[in-house]
Amino acid sequence: MNLTLRVWRQKNSQDKGHLEIYQANDINEDMSFLEMLDVVNEDLIKKDIEPIHFDHDCREGICGACSLVINGIPHGGKKGCTTCELRMRNFKDGDTITIEPFRAKAFPVIRDLMVDRSSLDRVMQAGGFVSVNTGGVPDANAIPIHKEISDKAMDAAACIGCGACVAACPNASAMLFVSAKVSHLATLPQGKVEREQRVRKMVAQMDIEGFGNCTNYYECEAVCPKEISVKSIAMMNREYMRALVK
Amino acid sequence: MSTVQAKPVPSQAKVTFISSSIGKKIFQAVTGSLMFFFVVGHMLGNLQIFIGQDQLNTYAQALKDLSALLWSVRFVMFVCLVIHVWWGIQLYFENLFSRPIRYIVNTTVQASLSSRTMIFTGGGIFLYVVYHLLHYTFIVTNPQYAGLHDSLGRHDVYSMVVLGFQNGWISTVYFIAMFSLSYHLTHAIPSLFQTLGLNNDKTKSKFEVLGWLVAIVIFVGFSVIPAAILLKIINLPEGVL
Repeated sequence: MNLTLRVWRQKNSQDKGHLEIYQANDINEDMSFLEMLDVVNEDLIKKDIEPIHFDHDCREGICGACSLVINGIPHGGKKGCTTCELRMRNFKDGDTITIEPFRAKAFPVIRDLMVDRSSLDRVMQAGGFVSVNTGGVPDANAIPIHKEISDKAMDAAACIGCGACVAACPNASAMLFVSAKVSHLATLPQGKVEREQRVRKMVAQMDIEGFGNCTNYYECEAVCPKEISVKSIAMMNREYMRALVK
Repeated sequence: MSTVQAKPVPSQAKVTFISSSIGKKIFQAVTGSLMFFFVVGHMLGNLQIFIGQDQLNTYAQALKDLSALLWSVRFVMFVCLVIHVWWGIQLYFENLFSRPIRYIVNTTVQASLSSRTMIFTGGGIFLYVVYHLLHYTFIVTNPQYAGLHDSLGRHDVYSMVVLGFQNGWISTVYFIAMFSLSYHLTHAIPSLFQTLGLNNDKTKSKFEVLGWLVAIVIFVGFSVIPAAILLKIINLPEGVL
């Protein structure tokens, strides 16, 4: 298949940036979106053009490194898929595809399609530690946790911190990310010791980083590659109010 | 290869409950719900017009006589309105600035139109509230209403409403305002439960349906009055004007 790509090119964080048009020819439809970009980059290198910079790492949908806003949707809009899992068969021969970086004040562009998402790491750091008892290694089943509760915690823990929720939110809000982290730990007995200070500090850090405010659009939930539900946000709101009266 | 310098992290102490994004949302939800209860009360009051002139004027007089209650409610509504509008505008701009460079291609996956137009439907309601107060409460725009009295010497609210809505323009503006209010509510009501943390996957779609049902009731409950006046189901009493 042959495609026309409109790709955001930006030399560095100070550069204004612009869209460039490239042709992607003879693309195999079984390639992932990133493999398609690799092919385009090979071609650019041969033509002595600077290749397109983009984030990637595991390429199996578990690390959260890949990003890209493809035709206006973070990770390209295939339900439950990261960009690296998105196959070219989801596009048609002759399509024009617009590729932009994740856009948010809290995600400055480093170069081309690479953005600095360390604001999410600082939110995580603000969350602090989880108390662990010293002594011998506890038995795996020493703390009884109901299956439904561990499932609920696992649903939230599935968050890979890619930041697609921020990129998709019309307000560039990080509520789905922060709420996944908060509700994951607040659900489990191990995380309950510091639950009040954790939610307070993570929300404060989220606000400081310059993310927008949640207005319940639910665009985050629609693009989340791990299909995290906005019920996490409701839970974080509850946790935050609970922390206020605690 | 360019590098991005890590910014010094500002103190978290600046973020209090009220200034936090979740705190502001909770205030929006609470002030919005209080105003919603007022709107429901107002609607039930208005609908007494169908019972007749005497009933509506008696009700209006009774409210006036309970002036302590009336002014307390007015004061609470004023505070709610100021907070809700002020923070609504502030949130709108904060959210706009949190993405300084916009996308070239914008695709909406599941956000409803009502959720994306809250600032506009809200602004429309606010402008209408200002006009409505000048029109019927402070009687500034149509001073001739002030001289209307019924046979018992009470202010003739019934005739004032009928006279007002016999004007096609006033009724049209009213229908638009009630549409804005109802459309605002289709997002506001499910949002209220989400913001107060009373939502999960099972209840989410139910609250959305509830939002639409309430919006329809509010729209019909208010619009039925000018509609009845324009259709001459409700007419001016004998001897007025």
